[in-house]
Formats: sequence, C-alpha cells, structure tokens
Amino acid sequence: MNVTVDEEKCCGAGQCVLLAPEVFDQRDDDGVVVLLSPEPAEEHHAAVREAAAVCPAAAIGVR
Amino acid sequence: MSVRDQVLDYPIPNDAALDPPAEWAELRSTCPVAHVRLPSGDQATLLTRYDDVRAVLADPRFTRRLTAPDAARLSAEGGSVFSGEFAQIIPDGGEEHQHWRRLVGRWFTAKRMAALRPRMARIAEDLVDELVERGAPADLKAGLGFPLPVFVICEMLGVPADDRERFSYWSDTLLNLTRYGQDEIEAAQGEFFAYMSDLLAAKRREPGEDLLSELIAVGGPEDGGLSDLQILVTGMGLLVAGHETTANMIGKMVAMLLADRTRWESLLADPSLIRTAVEESLRLDSNSGFGLPRYLREETEVSGTVLPRGTTVVCSMAAANRDEDVFDAAGEMDLRRSPNPHLAFGAGAHSCLGQALARTELQVVLEVLLRRLPSLELAVPVAELERVEGLAVGGLATVPVRW
Repeated sequence: MNVTVDEEKCCGAGQCVLLAPEVFDQRDDDGVVVLLSPEPAEEHHAAVREAAAVCPAAAIGVR
Repeated sequence: MSVRDQVLDYPIPNDAALDPPAEWAELRSTCPVAHVRLPSGDQATLLTRYDDVRAVLADPRFTRRLTAPDAARLSAEGGSVFSGEFAQIIPDGGEEHQHWRRLVGRWFTAKRMAALRPRMARIAEDLVDELVERGAPADLKAGLGFPLPVFVICEMLGVPADDRERFSYWSDTLLNLTRYGQDEIEAAQGEFFAYMSDLLAAKRREPGEDLLSELIAVGGPEDGGLSDLQILVTGMGLLVAGHETTANMIGKMVAMLLADRTRWESLLADPSLIRTAVEESLRLDSNSGFGLPRYLREETEVSGTVLPRGTTVVCSMAAANRDEDVFDAAGEMDLRRSPNPHLAFGAGAHSCLGQALARTELQVVLEVLLRRLPSLELAVPVAELERVEGLAVGGLATVPVRW
C-alpha cells in the first residue's frame, strides 16, 4: 500500500489520526496532516482505507 | 402533488422528533435540485443527494457570502449567524481563510482532544453524580448534554462557565430562524459583543493559558496573527459553535440509542462499538437543523440543472446522509457501519473545525453513561419527544430519562 496526503487540501479534521495514529499525525502548530508512514504495515491497511474514505477534505490518497 | 411541482416550505415541517420528513426520499429520487421557500419568504435551491451536497460544500464557487444583496435571507428578522454583520469578519475563502483556520485549528487537533479526554470524563462523571443525587426521572439534556460541552469550551477559551445562561441565550438569537424578533436579536448581539470585548480586554491585561489569550499573544495581522475584531468574532463563533451543536447532539444520540433499547444493550455488551455508534448517530440525525447555505457568484451546474449566478443553495447534509446510493440500508441504524463518510460536519475546506472535539465529547458521554447508568431508558414514549423549534440548529427540547 502506498499512501499520499495533500497538505494544501487538509482541513485538520483529525479523523485520520484518530483512526490510524501509527500512520498519520497532525502538526502541533496548525493541525495539518503529517504522514508518518507512506508504506504502512498490512495491519494498518483497513484503518488507512477508512481514514481515506472519511477524510472530509478528500486529502488522503491510497494506492 | 409531488415535490417537483411545488415550492416547499423550508425547513420542511416534521412532527416526528427522530424520523426524517417523508419528502427527503422523494426529493433525492425525483427532484435533487428543488425550489424551497425560507422562513424569510425568499426562495432558495435545496440539495438532498449525497454527491451533490458533498461536491457543493467542497466547491469554492459556492461561497458563504450570504450578505450579498441578492442572496436569500434565511430569517425575516435578518442578522443570522450566516448573514449578520459578524459573519464576514472571518475570511470566507482562499489563503486568508486557510490562515485563520490553521491559526485556530491547532487547538482542535486529535492529540489535543485525546489530552482533554480525562478532563471531559471527570466533568461527565460529576454531572452524572448530580443526576443520580437528584434522582430519576431527569432531563438528560439539561443535566448532561448542555453543561458538558459548555464547561469544556469555556475552559478551552478561558470564558467563565458561570455566565453560560447568558451566552446560551445570545447564541440562540444568533441561530434564530423564527423564534426571536429583530429588536431582541440586535440587543442580544450587542450584549454578546460587549461581553466578549470586556473579556478580551481582561485577557490582554492578564493573559491566561487559553485559546483566546494565545491568539492575542500571536500579535496582529502584521505579526501573522488576527486583528482585534477577528479575535473577538472568533471567540463568539467558537463559544456558539462549541456548545449548541454538541449539546443538542448528545441528547439526540442518547434518544436514538434508547428509542430501540436493543441498540443500548449492544453497546453495553460491546463498548468497543462506541466510536462507530457515535458516527452512525451523527449520520442518522434527522433533526440537525437548517443545513448549510451557500451563495453562487457564477453560473454553475448541479445534477444537470443550471443554477444562475446569485442563487442561494441550501445543502441538507441530513438528507444526503440517508442517500441509498451511498449508504447500504441507509434508513437503518447500524452501530458497526464502517466506513461512514457522513456529512454531519460538512465537507471540504470549511468542514467543521471542532469535529474532533465534538466526536470526543460524544464518545466520552456515551462511555460514562454506559458505565454509570446501564439501566438508562427513555421516561416518555418516543412519540412524545419534542423538537427545538425556530432555530438554525436542531435538537430535542428535553430528553426525559430514568434508570
């Protein structure tokens, strides 16, 4: 799995961090997404897919 | 007469407190771009399909400039939270809006909310203690749903929670559709403005460790911060948004889960469902209020219908959240539903800033209630639950429970 994030689109909702904290974080100074793991381990795939599906800004790409 | 041949009154009247109006399904299937008449008498265009609502909310051509001279007025009394004089002080879009959003958004990250969780749980526990002490039946909204988010947002902003009855009334007037007259609204907004001005002046003299003090500490626009007026309106906006919506949602969520008590029992048996149950309650909330209005500055097409420049569009997220094309068994409450890309918090660059806060509060309330009051049940038949009327936010007037 290959994960991408679009910092420009990100609205800081934090859903991805709540769902997959091993893969996503937010910057402390503005809440914008930080991608911790562009190729996450298989155990996180379901959570990453859910995060991408529910991201209100559609800022997460999964291939 | 079908919904296609008439101009519907909006919000669509509905007596059932927890069920959607019958018109939603018909609108989605036969008239996804509908003509409606707002409480002001002005006409607007109502969208009810998921794909349309999601696309419009994320499309910068659909602006929040409800102050435009040809925009539809929501309320006959003017001055609503969407179109009042305060509504345009926070930048509407583009880089300026993003700058504002990121300055404030740092306070609402998932990590910050996780750090607040023990404090929220403590407040919820104390409120439940008070409910138990006073004995059943009780109004869950007055005893828990309203005070919890108020205490939390007051601590975040550095606003005295003892003043909650006052700013709750000011909030209601800002969210007016039909309840208040123009004089009442203007007086209340003036008082709210003066209250927040005094509070900010006090914070300038003696800063605390709260959001508003730190927004002041960043400096003015020349230092990358906000103007004094923007800080003031941000404070008012966060105070209104931080309690009204969640206070109502706590009551509606608990009512939905108790309306069919097998739902409550599923959660008692498996509290790991709390997260998805909260999302499903947000999705199925048929009483979420007005929806989100947008003003169109250029001609645009939605679902094959051309909308002329100057159109005011109303996005019904609640109707969109029941779209069968997107959600399997959309009318059913499925506590395990996942993923659940509902639009209760909007979508795109303006999607709710406080959604992590709201989610955390809803989850904490449910955890504490399931643990402390497992025998909780509605103290009245579902048919007797009454809606809040006349405001842009939807809710239940009271949520009578016993245990």
